[in-house]
Amino acid sequence: MKKIGAIIMTTLLAGSLLAGCGNNAENNASGGSGNSGGDTIKIGADLELTGGQASFGDSALKGAQLAVKEINDAGGVLGKKLELIEADNASKSEEATRAAQKLITTNKVVAIIGSTTSTNTLGIVPVAQEKGIPLVSSSATNPKVTVDERSGELNEWVFRASFIDPFQGEVMANFATDTLGAKTAVIYTDTSSDYSKGLQTFFEETFTKNGGTIVSQESYQQKDSDFKAVLTRIKEANPDVIYLPGYYEEVGKIIKQAREMGITVPFMGGDGWDSPQLAEIAGAEALENTFMSNHYSPEDTAPEVKSFVDAFKAANSDLVPDGMAALGYDAVKLIADAITRADSTEPEKLRDALAATKDLQLATGKISMNETHDPVKAAVVLKFVDGKQTFETKVNP
Amino acid sequence: MAMEYFIQQLINGISVGSIYALIALGYTMVYGIIKLINFAHGDVFMVGSFIGLYSARNLANAGLPPVLVLLLSLVISMTVSALLGISIERLAYKPLRKASRIAVLITAIGVSFLLEYTGVAIVGPQAQGFPEILNKKQYTLFGSIQVDSNQIMILGTTIVLMIILQFIVHRTKIGKAMRAVSYDMEAARLMGINVDRTISATFAIGSALAAAAGVIFGMTYNSVDPMMGVLPGLKAFVAAVLGGIGSIPGALVGGLLLGTVETEVSSLGYSSWRDGVAFAVLILILIFKPSGLFGKNVREKV
Repeated sequence: MKKIGAIIMTTLLAGSLLAGCGNNAENNASGGSGNSGGDTIKIGADLELTGGQASFGDSALKGAQLAVKEINDAGGVLGKKLELIEADNASKSEEATRAAQKLITTNKVVAIIGSTTSTNTLGIVPVAQEKGIPLVSSSATNPKVTVDERSGELNEWVFRASFIDPFQGEVMANFATDTLGAKTAVIYTDTSSDYSKGLQTFFEETFTKNGGTIVSQESYQQKDSDFKAVLTRIKEANPDVIYLPGYYEEVGKIIKQAREMGITVPFMGGDGWDSPQLAEIAGAEALENTFMSNHYSPEDTAPEVKSFVDAFKAANSDLVPDGMAALGYDAVKLIADAITRADSTEPEKLRDALAATKDLQLATGKISMNETHDPVKAAVVLKFVDGKQTFETKVNP
Repeated sequence: MAMEYFIQQLINGISVGSIYALIALGYTMVYGIIKLINFAHGDVFMVGSFIGLYSARNLANAGLPPVLVLLLSLVISMTVSALLGISIERLAYKPLRKASRIAVLITAIGVSFLLEYTGVAIVGPQAQGFPEILNKKQYTLFGSIQVDSNQIMILGTTIVLMIILQFIVHRTKIGKAMRAVSYDMEAARLMGINVDRTISATFAIGSALAAAAGVIFGMTYNSVDPMMGVLPGLKAFVAAVLGGIGSIPGALVGGLLLGTVETEVSSLGYSSWRDGVAFAVLILILIFKPSGLFGKNVREKV
């Protein structure tokens, strides 16, 4: 019996090795140097299709698919169709690394979009840098995604479609001082997320510069479910506003528990709140008097926003696209635009074309890349009314 | 003010702790009887919570009054989970009854992953909202201290279930059989005790307790997802060890202690140290009292 088992195992192993070789050979032949041979241009999507931030990944993917469809319907890029290859990173940084390696080595993609969060995108950055393949994150907002934190050097292969945390933190700090008239604030951060810590720093900086005081800094971790201990502390500190730069799952629970405890002051957050689940978990009533910064609002009346919203609704049975969907869409459009201008899919040319992006009109606004590969563009502030995001104001950089 | 703040935080701590205790009861009971650390317990808790969610939604849509919705959802969820517990034991643990302890332990971890990812496959990884079922009422004591009806209900349920469990194990025939099986499985079999049925009963009760905890957890924190059992399961395991694994009152004390320590650490402004301190307490207690607070000193069989 044992012997038979061993033989079967060996055969299987040998078989899989051979199969592996076969695949590689095939890919090499068809992929070639990227722009010759294959009849499609492959773009990888390294996204959160499962796990805690699956709602972001799902939206971004829908947006990206719409962009690919629009481009292909209009004849493709350089006479070829775009092909989007999905890879799930399970909302984990190390899985994002693996998925990126697979997309580059096995699928031979010319560029990667993803991930939606800074933490996961940071898992892809080293791969993109090492292999020399352009990476466009749809919504990683932490500065250290494109600029290496330690050396201060630019990650030359990494781009993004979103604005960055300093801007987002700044916008909300100014909104707190100017519109809400806040003098004191508490910051309640998710310590397990780079994104949250980034927003915290820049909110604090601007809010203090505006003459406000941070009366207390608190922290929680992802997957926590009881926040009453810290909320009791915050209630005691009695701030004018609470800045809560986290992701929707915990944010929903925090706001709900806070309102039950009688904390009525405004809560403010960033694009991590952007999910229908937020209203489902917190309840519409608890979300009264809360504000978030975001990349765009589907209620914006600008023509480019309207046409994107209509096309998205038509393709996704009347689903209203959120910010993540708009950025997933923009990420693909950025790459397509760069390929057209470079007139090539060669990595170096594509990279230089991406860096030279100027005044490109996309769903979330007009984009120009600055020297740190960050788009310069507007942000919107949204207010929750009856559990729905409503357009409050638009802030230009 | 300072005193009120302290009492408020104590109440917060007790309510967190009673959830841990409720989950720990099932852990400790299964361990007490068959010496298995059932790592799938946290995931049975998750399954129980989801069954509670779907029954509550459907029953509420059918127009039943809230109290009835809650009771029926609890009954349905506990029954289904009890059956699930029995099947897990029959399929995964029973074939390994003669195998080494570590083999069963690893199998338990496997079952845990199986339940989690089956959950992901069926309902998706997203967190879903859980209805409150009974509307929460806030009570204010001594000026500014707040307690809500849910917190009282959790503590009440935990204590009542603990007493019932203690009664079953120490005062009923099946309890006597459980204790006999726990003491010596072979001797119990020779005395005419149906060992398999006794172990099934143990798993049924343990899983039903997990399901009850799952429904109450959902009502309190209003969100359920397939991975929700991981962290509370781990914390409840710590609570059970803290109180002395195998001891039913120990689970209650361990849960409450863990909950209050965590909350007090957060309340002093060291929220990022919370888990660190909680586990440091565990280590200290195990250094000075290796069998936990209420654990029996195990005599070595010579």
